[in-house]
Amino acid sequence: MQAGQTTVDPAEVAKFEAMAAEWWDPKGKFKPLHMLNPCRLDYITRQIAGEFGRDLNTADPFQGLRILDIGCGGGLLAEPMARLGADVVGADAAPRNIPVAQIHAEQSGLTIDYRHTTAEDMAAAGEQFDVVLNMEVVEHVSDPLTYLTACQQLLKQGGLQICSTINRNPKSFAMAIVGAEYVMRWLPKGTHEWNKFITPDELFDLLRKAGLDPVDRKGFVFNPITWDWSISDRDLSVNYVTASLKPA
Amino acid sequence: MTYDSDILIVGGGLNGPLLALALARSGLTSTVIDAQPTERMAASGFDGRSYALALASVRLLRRLGLWDKLEDDAQPMLEIKVSDGRAGEGPLSPFHLHFDHAEIEEGPMGHMVEDRHLRQAVLAAIADHALITRCNAETVVAQDIDAQGVTLTLASGKILSGRVLVGADGRRSGTAERAGITRTGWDYGQTAMVCAIEHDLPHHGIAHQFFMPPGPLAILPLKGNRSSIVWSETHDNAASFNALPDEDYLAMLRPRFGDFLGEIRLAGARYTYPLNLTLANSFIAPRLALVGDAAHGVHPIAGQGLNAGLRDIAALAQVMSEARQRGEDIASELVLERYQQWRRFDTATLALATDLTNRLFASDNPLLRLGRDIGMGVVNALPGLRRGFIREAAGLTGDLPDLMRA
Repeated sequence: MQAGQTTVDPAEVAKFEAMAAEWWDPKGKFKPLHMLNPCRLDYITRQIAGEFGRDLNTADPFQGLRILDIGCGGGLLAEPMARLGADVVGADAAPRNIPVAQIHAEQSGLTIDYRHTTAEDMAAAGEQFDVVLNMEVVEHVSDPLTYLTACQQLLKQGGLQICSTINRNPKSFAMAIVGAEYVMRWLPKGTHEWNKFITPDELFDLLRKAGLDPVDRKGFVFNPITWDWSISDRDLSVNYVTASLKPA
Repeated sequence: MTYDSDILIVGGGLNGPLLALALARSGLTSTVIDAQPTERMAASGFDGRSYALALASVRLLRRLGLWDKLEDDAQPMLEIKVSDGRAGEGPLSPFHLHFDHAEIEEGPMGHMVEDRHLRQAVLAAIADHALITRCNAETVVAQDIDAQGVTLTLASGKILSGRVLVGADGRRSGTAERAGITRTGWDYGQTAMVCAIEHDLPHHGIAHQFFMPPGPLAILPLKGNRSSIVWSETHDNAASFNALPDEDYLAMLRPRFGDFLGEIRLAGARYTYPLNLTLANSFIAPRLALVGDAAHGVHPIAGQGLNAGLRDIAALAQVMSEARQRGEDIASELVLERYQQWRRFDTATLALATDLTNRLFASDNPLLRLGRDIGMGVVNALPGLRRGFIREAAGLTGDLPDLMRA
C-alpha cells in the first residue's frame, strides 16, 4: 500500500490496524508467540552474529545482510531484524498478514519489504539472501523436502538458514496439541497435526537432502513454574531449532 | 525518527549517571538531566555523608570501571554486630547477632564509601563519555510521551527527544508525577540523624547496629579512626537533639554509643532525614521507567537505599541491553514490563522486611524484647541461618543481575 493511493478502503485500513495491534499485544491472542520470541531472537541473533562476524553491541550490527523471514505473520521477527540494520523481506502465504505487518512496520518507523508470496515462488524468481528464517513453518507444509529445497535455493553460497519446528513424540503431542491448543487455548484448535511433526534427526536428514549442512540444534524449553522459555542444549523434546549452512 | 539520545534520564544524583554508564556498555546513548550545577556535585571536602555499599553494589561499580578509583578510600566491612539495647544501658545485651565475612567465601559483605569519593568517581566517568550527554542546572517543565517517543522541555527552553524516559529523580519524583503514577507510603514517626565521628580506638572494620526503642543506631566503619553514625529517634527527640550545639549533641550520643571506641568527636556536618516509605504504584508507564528512590524510597535502616537503586540500574540496563541485542523495541511495554517484574516484588519485600524489623525493634514491650532477644540468639547459634543473613546483607540473594554477579 502506498501513500496517496485513493482506492484504499478506510474501513479495511482500520481493520488491519486493529489486527496489527492484536498481533503486537503482548497479552493478547499472540501471547504465546511473544513469550517465546525473546528466546527465538536470542538464538537467531547469536547465530547470525557468529556466522557473519558481527558484534551485537554495535549500532546496526546486521547492516548489509539480506534476510528473508518466511511466514512473517505480523512481523515479530522481521521488525527486530530490520532494527538491527538488516535489509528484510517478510513473506507470508496468508494475504491478510501483509498489510497488517506493513502498518505496524510503518508505526515502528521501519522499512520492511513485505510480500504475499511463497518460498517456492521466490526461489523460482531467483531471489537470494544471506539468511533465511524458517520458524515454525515446516510442520505446516505438505512436502517438507520440496519446501526446504526452495529455502536452500534462496540462500547465497555460505548463507545461513535457521529452522525451528516441533518434535514428534508423546510429550510433544501432550504439550503442543493438548496443552497449547486445548488446555491453555494458546493456539486455535487444529493449528497443528501431530503426524506432520518432525524429529530432529529427520529434520537434519531433510536439510542434508535439500543441500544444506546442519551445524547446530537446540531446544526451546518452557518452564511452567517460572512461566518462561529458555534455550537448552539437551532438551529437544518439544520445540527445537536448527542452524544450517549452504556450502560455499 | 531520530532522537537526541536513546534514553533520557532525569536526575543526576548517583543512580542516573550510573545507569547511563551501565547502558553505555551495550552501546545505548543517554542524556542525564540534573537540577544541580556540576560544581555543586564535585565539591571535594568530606561532608560527613557515606554509603554502606553491599558486595553486589561493589561488583557493579567494578564492572562500570569505578571501583579502582574508590577502593583505596573504601573501608571494608568485615563484621556486623547487631544487638538490642536501651538508651543509657549501653548496647550489649547477652543476646546479639554476629556476622563475620569469613563465613562466606565471597569476601567482605560490603564497603563504606564516602559520598564525595563516589560522586567524584561517577562525575569523572561520565564527563567525557562519548555516549553520555550531560544537561546540568536544568529542570524539566514538560514531558510529552506518544507512540513515537519522549519529548522533554527544559526550563531553559531546550527540547530533548528520546526513546525512553527514566525517572531517577528521587522520592518526590516529578517524572513519576507527570506520568500520573501515584504513590503509597507512610511516615515512620522517626528522623535519622547522620554524622561522621572520629574516635580514639580502631573499629577493626566492624559495623554495629543497636536496636533501641526510640529507633536504631548504626555505627559504620570509615577509613582510619572514623565512623559514620545513623542515629534514629522520634521526630520530636531528633528535633531537640539536632537543635543542640555540637558538644551537647555528642553528650547525648555518648551514652547510647558506649565507650568501646574511646573518646569521640564530630568529623563533618550533621544531617537529618525524616524516615518515611514511599513506593511508586507502578515502576513503569508507556516509554517510562523509574529507578532508585523514585520507584521506592525505603527506610535507610540497613543502608539499603542506594543498594536497591543500584540493583534497579543493573536490572534495567540488562533488560535493555538484551532487548537491544535481540532487535526488540527497547521502549515497548513487553521490554519495560520485564524490568518491573524483576524489581517490583523484590522491592516490596525489602520495604516490608525493613518496616517490620523497625517496628519489631522499636518496641519497648518486654515480651517483644524477650522474643527478639531469643530470636537473635537462635540465629546466632545456627551457622546456616547466619550465613543466609550475611549473604542477604551482602546483597547476594534473589535473582542477581549479571552486572552484580562475580
